[in-house]
Amino acid sequence: MSEIVPLARKSRFARIIDSDIFYSYRRSPVAILASIVAAILILAAVLAPWISPYDPFNPRTLNLMDGFTKPMSESFAGNFFVMGADNQGRDVLSTILHGSRVSLFVGLSATLFAMTLGVGLGLVAGFRGGLTDAVIMRIADVQLSFPAILIALLIFGVARGLIPPSQQENTALMVLILAIGLSNWAQFARTVRGATMVERQKDYVSAARIMGVNPVLILIKHILPNVVGPVLVIATIGLALAIIEEATLSYLGVGVPPTQPSLGTLIRIGQQYLFSGEWWILFFPAMTLILLALSVNLLGDWLRDALNPKLR
Amino acid sequence: MTEPLLSVKNLKVVFHLRRGDFTAVNGISFDIMPGEVLGVVGESGAGKSMTGTAIMGLIDRPGEVIVDEIRLKGERIDNLPEEKMRHIRGRRIAMVMQDPLTSLNPLYTVGEQLVETIRRHLPLSHDQAKKRAIELLADAGIPDPQSRIDSYPHQFSGGMRQRVVISLALAAEPEMIVADEPTSALDVSVQAQIMKVLKRLCAERGVAVMLITHDMGVIAENADRMIVMNKGEIVETGSVGDIINRPREPYTKKLIEAIPSIKTQNPRYAAAVARGEAETTAEALVEVKGLSKTFDLSPSLVSRLFGGKHRKLVHAVQDVSFAVEKGKTYGLVGESGSGKSTCARMLVGLLEPSAGEIRLEGTDIWRDRNAAAKRRSKIQMIFQDPYASLNPRWRVGAIIAEPMRALGISTNSTEIADRVADLLERVRLDPEAMRKFPHEFSGGQRQRIAIARALSSQPEFIICDEPTSALDVSVQAQVLELMRRLQDEFGLTYLLISHNLAVIRQMADSVGVLHNGVMVENGPVEQIFANPQADYTRMLLDAVPDISNVA
Amino acid sequence: MLAFIIKRLGQSVLVMLVVALISFIMFRYVGDPVASLVSQEATMADQAQLRERLGLNDPVHEQFFRFLGNAVQGQFGISYRLQTPVSELILSRLPATLELAFTSVVIALTLGILLGVFTALNPKSWASAGIMAFSLVGVSLPTFLIGIGLIYIFAVELQWLPSFGRGQVVSLGGWWRTGFLTESGLRSIILPAITLSLFQMTLIMRLVRAEMMEVLRQDYIKFARARGLSKRAINFGHALKNTLVPVITITGLQLGSVIAFAIITETVFQWPGVGSLFVNSVAVVDVPVMAAYLMFIAFVFVVINLIVDILYYIVDPRLRVGGSARGT
Repeated sequence: MSEIVPLARKSRFARIIDSDIFYSYRRSPVAILASIVAAILILAAVLAPWISPYDPFNPRTLNLMDGFTKPMSESFAGNFFVMGADNQGRDVLSTILHGSRVSLFVGLSATLFAMTLGVGLGLVAGFRGGLTDAVIMRIADVQLSFPAILIALLIFGVARGLIPPSQQENTALMVLILAIGLSNWAQFARTVRGATMVERQKDYVSAARIMGVNPVLILIKHILPNVVGPVLVIATIGLALAIIEEATLSYLGVGVPPTQPSLGTLIRIGQQYLFSGEWWILFFPAMTLILLALSVNLLGDWLRDALNPKLR
Repeated sequence: MTEPLLSVKNLKVVFHLRRGDFTAVNGISFDIMPGEVLGVVGESGAGKSMTGTAIMGLIDRPGEVIVDEIRLKGERIDNLPEEKMRHIRGRRIAMVMQDPLTSLNPLYTVGEQLVETIRRHLPLSHDQAKKRAIELLADAGIPDPQSRIDSYPHQFSGGMRQRVVISLALAAEPEMIVADEPTSALDVSVQAQIMKVLKRLCAERGVAVMLITHDMGVIAENADRMIVMNKGEIVETGSVGDIINRPREPYTKKLIEAIPSIKTQNPRYAAAVARGEAETTAEALVEVKGLSKTFDLSPSLVSRLFGGKHRKLVHAVQDVSFAVEKGKTYGLVGESGSGKSTCARMLVGLLEPSAGEIRLEGTDIWRDRNAAAKRRSKIQMIFQDPYASLNPRWRVGAIIAEPMRALGISTNSTEIADRVADLLERVRLDPEAMRKFPHEFSGGQRQRIAIARALSSQPEFIICDEPTSALDVSVQAQVLELMRRLQDEFGLTYLLISHNLAVIRQMADSVGVLHNGVMVENGPVEQIFANPQADYTRMLLDAVPDISNVA
Repeated sequence: MLAFIIKRLGQSVLVMLVVALISFIMFRYVGDPVASLVSQEATMADQAQLRERLGLNDPVHEQFFRFLGNAVQGQFGISYRLQTPVSELILSRLPATLELAFTSVVIALTLGILLGVFTALNPKSWASAGIMAFSLVGVSLPTFLIGIGLIYIFAVELQWLPSFGRGQVVSLGGWWRTGFLTESGLRSIILPAITLSLFQMTLIMRLVRAEMMEVLRQDYIKFARARGLSKRAINFGHALKNTLVPVITITGLQLGSVIAFAIITETVFQWPGVGSLFVNSVAVVDVPVMAAYLMFIAFVFVVINLIVDILYYIVDPRLRVGGSARGT
């Protein structure tokens, strides 16, 4: 009656290739395309200082004579612009590369911040239950029913009122990350709390409690690894949302400082020239933003379906 | 010989999955005669439910039905278009599903669902249909059907709901019912009543029944003929008496051998009587005195003030006392809601008692100082669901080593690895298993891993909460055998909690019967099974379907 | 039922109190209320006098209760930027926002539910794949870009519709000025309403689809099929009704957020509503307007939440009818 367990042990790499996730990735052309586009955009943003053809923020290299140069053409001053130049003669391609860098930095930092806060509070709420849970989730519920952009605007406004004007320029990015992060934690908290409550009921947690394992250790070693799946999905979709949120705030004129224009700022500038026919100043930054948000979103969507085979 | 009501020829159900095709049912043929009860029995994965679903034409993608022919009264129904099939389902072949809690739409009253079904198939007005619905409910044994017809499903208990489901199946006078595990989600006492209702109603109307179940006892008591299935194929077909008393195929023989019967004496008791030492008692390891647990499920203050609701205290366990002798097994038996799991959680330290005391070698494990440390080092637990009791993200080696690490028994990695390997061998698993994750193992193997974990802190007392009720009977027999052997090897004391009376009779030395949180009877196992004193125990013993009760 | 409503009302009041506290803290401690009221040349003595007159030296809880009392009467002080009472400002801009929100809610609900049901019932069809892809693009596109795109196509290139403003408005009974009654008003609302509804529509659609697919997997649907009920009865009688129960809650809350979400749309289309008022206030830290807007949005949220809860209670018999199971 002895049951012999088959001994075939696979290497880690073979296991990844064979896993359901990778299978679903290979089967999904959308996921492959989205990941390639996202990788290119992210890489380009990271390498912006080295690969951009011009330095758009160095006033000495700017030439107003270059202003409004059409895409794929040479200006009077003899400079060539792939995506044209804006009103101040800045190379649109270079501003986009630097702009995506700012957008991605803010988006990633804000998402990480929201994730840390949300996962932590969600774990505690789900595990402790009772009053702790009621208070945390009530706040999350109320916050979730307002659009993130409103919360971010409020936090931004309050921070503006509290920080002396001389400091505002330096702290603007931090405030922005804080505002976007604080407006997005609730989604993480709600999901993690739900998953934690499910896991908490399971017998492997009871087994650990019987042995007298410290509750904090149970949370970290037992429950946390079992809730990473949904967290990953929300983080991916959350990144797309944070990038959009940053762009929206900057578009509304309350985001990044003018010295560090993000994609949203570029679109805000470009919109002024929409009616006069200089479409490229708006078009290229807008397309970059759309591609970035869409590819990250598609990846998140695919990941959700891949981790939840029930839905297919 | 009369013409069969339903005739199935070479039925296959194939699922097209990413890792190739999976054949759930592999070319089976059988007939059902008018008015007969055909039992279909098999362990999980046998393909018995798939067969029923395929006959109803309800297999969805990625599944595919390949069949030579299915004939209903000589008329082919396997190649009918969906719209025609809809007029056969419910009208000529009806279905009863396993879980009465989920098979009724929660947003409609049972009357609305009955009337809708009746009017779909029979040319009746709304009033006529309602009258018929009330008759059906009355026939199914629902008291006061006139007013209950306007109730919603959640207002019925599980057993009552299954009666409603049966009324719905019979609503349009079908010729046959596919009953897929119709009583498996219910308690034993309710189970017996529901089977009686189903059988009576079908006999009165001459309706044939295809009774699909994993419980050989249910088949023995209710079916005329039976089919034994394994891995998608038919192993054996014949009359119920022939197969249970004279099985021909090795698989059937093994299956029937594995089923514990409440009519068989406890083997250890029999052996002890043979040695003439049946009466000896050992000292008590655990003593439980006046144990009670009350849950406060009162509605909120506002509801009590304005909604006319009252305080609601649930007495889950009331004044329960018993003793577990060292090296013996104490069986705690009861239906759902009897408080047996609540008892287990209090004994193991997960739930604080409202009153009473639990003494482990004289130490009160809830009140005495340092009692928690003693409790943790001496008590362990084995859980019901082997899928939820192992952390899916941990390797088996880490799972088994957890108690050793948590209790500080050992911190040396090689020593721990040696211990884990030894434990795995003791539960008959390859030590190599420690590098794998739980999902690579079957249910029975997982339960062995759970047992190894329980043993790793070298406890004296192990609480087993329904350790085999999620397993197939053949696997159950192996796990019980393993538990018995480990008990002898390590001198373990068990508290075995189960709803299955036959398992308790086979394993326990003493038994306590719980009913609604109260201990109704307590004593040596053979005394209780041979000569039950309490009415409840007698009723329970009568209700258990047993393979020795061949119809 | 009464107990249920009282409980929910109590929770609503609690939420309002918390929001009021946040508003008050903003009002009182962000920026200096005195500095923004007095002129540059005011002396220290003038400032101290004003401080006394405004009650800023009273104990904090007294100030909070005064703030609450004023808020209940709709008094939120005077805008730093425009030097007009905040309540007047909000009231004059409210109709524009409400009309915009109402129109886009109607669009989002109708299309969202229809498309959601369609994609759930035909999950494998090409049309569903197309709709799903479109919805993902809808979620990924920032609202302001959708607005700009629509302006470019319909206002700049085709010149069919106006690109900004409300068009001509007609005064109804005093303060309510509507754009629904003039041709230019109706033409003006089309682009902003579509822009505002798109995001909510995709959300509702995806939610309805997910819920309905979940419901279609339930045992009671399988049992309904096993009873030979017609496809129509199963899909629309059984499945849709069960889908709508959870959808009501989330949809309701989403709709409440339309009003707040209008901030972006109003800015893009220079729509004279409360949203654009708020954005302009944030940029210059006009605290009284920010505080009042927060209270206003919270109030809308609480009212909608209350309505949704009561609706939910009416639709789901498990809440409405006493849940005690009888018999065995």
